Amino acid sequence: MNSELLIPLLTAAVISGTPILYATLGEIITEKAGVLNLGVEGVMMMGCFCAFITAQLTGQPWLAFLAAGLAGLCTASLHGLVCLVFQGNQVVSGLALTIFGTGLANYLGTPYIGLAAPGFSPLPIPGLAELPFLGPVFFNHDPLVYLSYLLPGCLWLVFRHSRFGLGLRAVGQSPAAVLAAGLNATAYRWGGILIGGFFMGLGGAYLSLAYTHLWTNNLSAGRGWIAVALVIFAFWRPGRAVFGAYLFGGIMALQLRLQAGGTTLPSSLLLMLPYALTVAVLLFSSWQRGTQAPAALGTNIEPSS
Amino acid sequence: MRLHLRSSLVIFCALLAVFVFSQPSLAADKDLKIGFVYVSPIGDGGWSYAHDIARQAMDKMPGISTSYVEAVPEGPDSERVMLQMARKKYDLIFATSFGYMDPMLKVANQFPNTIFMHCSGFKTAKNMGNYFGRIYQARYLTGMVAASMSTSKVIGYVAAFPIPEVIRGINAFTLGVQSVQPDASVRVVWTKTWYDPVKEKEAAKSLLDVGADVITQHQDSPGPQEAAQEKGVYSIGYNTDMAKFAPRAHLTAPVWNWLPYYEKIIAEVRAGSWAPRADWPGMAEGVVDIAPFGPMVPQEVQEKVLAKKAAIIAGSEKIFVGPLKDQSGTVRIAEGVVAPDSDLLSMNWLVQGVIGTTE
Repeated sequence: MNSELLIPLLTAAVISGTPILYATLGEIITEKAGVLNLGVEGVMMMGCFCAFITAQLTGQPWLAFLAAGLAGLCTASLHGLVCLVFQGNQVVSGLALTIFGTGLANYLGTPYIGLAAPGFSPLPIPGLAELPFLGPVFFNHDPLVYLSYLLPGCLWLVFRHSRFGLGLRAVGQSPAAVLAAGLNATAYRWGGILIGGFFMGLGGAYLSLAYTHLWTNNLSAGRGWIAVALVIFAFWRPGRAVFGAYLFGGIMALQLRLQAGGTTLPSSLLLMLPYALTVAVLLFSSWQRGTQAPAALGTNIEPSS
Repeated sequence: MRLHLRSSLVIFCALLAVFVFSQPSLAADKDLKIGFVYVSPIGDGGWSYAHDIARQAMDKMPGISTSYVEAVPEGPDSERVMLQMARKKYDLIFATSFGYMDPMLKVANQFPNTIFMHCSGFKTAKNMGNYFGRIYQARYLTGMVAASMSTSKVIGYVAAFPIPEVIRGINAFTLGVQSVQPDASVRVVWTKTWYDPVKEKEAAKSLLDVGADVITQHQDSPGPQEAAQEKGVYSIGYNTDMAKFAPRAHLTAPVWNWLPYYEKIIAEVRAGSWAPRADWPGMAEGVVDIAPFGPMVPQEVQEKVLAKKAAIIAGSEKIFVGPLKDQSGTVRIAEGVVAPDSDLLSMNWLVQGVIGTTE
């Protein structure tokens, strides 16, 4: 493959990977706090819809982006209510959230199907965009992509070098130890769920504000589930999440590009690639020792008597 | 006691007679209740929207009331929806997606007094007919337009599933392209979805990256149109006039116009002359057409295309006439032979000049 085809492929990988990256980072924050949220897909759909409707009504893309985050936060708070207040099963609650969020977004969105809204357009970074190879691949996108470049580093700093990050990681490893230290373990978990939901909502916003500027049913189309798998692939590390999201984005773009390039491989086989990769990733991850999964992931905090 | 039994028997027979003879027969001028079952939301601007435009026009006709259920998943859900309509004594039910075929057949067998019409399938019953349109005729014409506007001689085709309906469309389009530019190629990307704007747009972008300068689609979302406009090249839509999604790119589109056909069926049902059959109307019947040309299409191209359209309507021009070769160069339709409908309905090979697979 020559660079004439490689550059568009990598550019497409970054764009396809960005919504997954936002959602994966959101799920990493949630899981670091020991909460498994399988409702990413539903939270993304709500973010996606609220972003579209806000952009439609106000014409302000940034306001729409923020609204999507808040919508994600609100949707995820249902998960917090079930798991933290009522001590419900996290897996069941997450699955219910996927069905609920997707269904509600589709229901509310029915009158708006096929309508367009203002959104983000590519904004080349002066200087950097002219770089050979790197310029078109990384610096010729919309502002939401640039924002996503900064997030993993910020998250790493928060996890490693802040009291809040330490508390968040501790509550994911051992809520009992956090309680013994006199901290409010439940509050940290709320923090993980809500901030995580905010990021998932932003991932949804990318789909309706930047990727397309249209609304339709099921715009997320399973990207939330890929995010759940990517968290494991990334070993719960924000940096590796970037790599994983672009890898998946690249594979999704690659199979269409192989077809456009006139390959004789059956298209059914090519369309399987992202999902085959998901399975491969899970196999690969299970062979690795010490995957650094938060020790208390998926278990609720026992109410103290 | 015996008398008692006899009189109750008489009463029973009388009741039975009343019941039998009061069964609604579809007499002339009877008010018709018509139901529609759609696979996608009517706001999709595509396939279901095209049917719904016809339904809205029918609703305004005297003695006709219509209703619809949208976004009905194919399979058991659709059976439930059709069952409900039949129980509510609908006279005529249209279901407009391939996957409604078997559920409809089941319901049709239970309700012999209701007439069922299935779009895009191949099964019929005593009270069930099927119908579709020769959209490939319009695709041929849009292929001519695409080739006239292309300078790179590469045209991108974003397609849903490799089934005869879609393959037939790609072949007709390509023949239209080759009638203007014999050495042009049509590149196909399969998305394996009818409606996913994000994926369809990405598929269109991948075609733009390999040099396509006109994009067309057999998809129900305007995603590919958006991609073409952003790149500053041309596009050809599908289903309905998609110009509103990409006014600077949209050249024309193969479009559906179901009203003339539905009016014909209503007239037949009212006259009592309806009989189950498979209908395949085309441009001559007004069911298939092309959308108005965009302002960028030169006058002489428009005239050439419209002349061809007139010839197709008159029947003097057929689309699939031999010699036609497949991608490997094997002759599939011999010289001078007009492909029969049975060949068209089972078409599973791509003509020479198409770059892509059917797998």
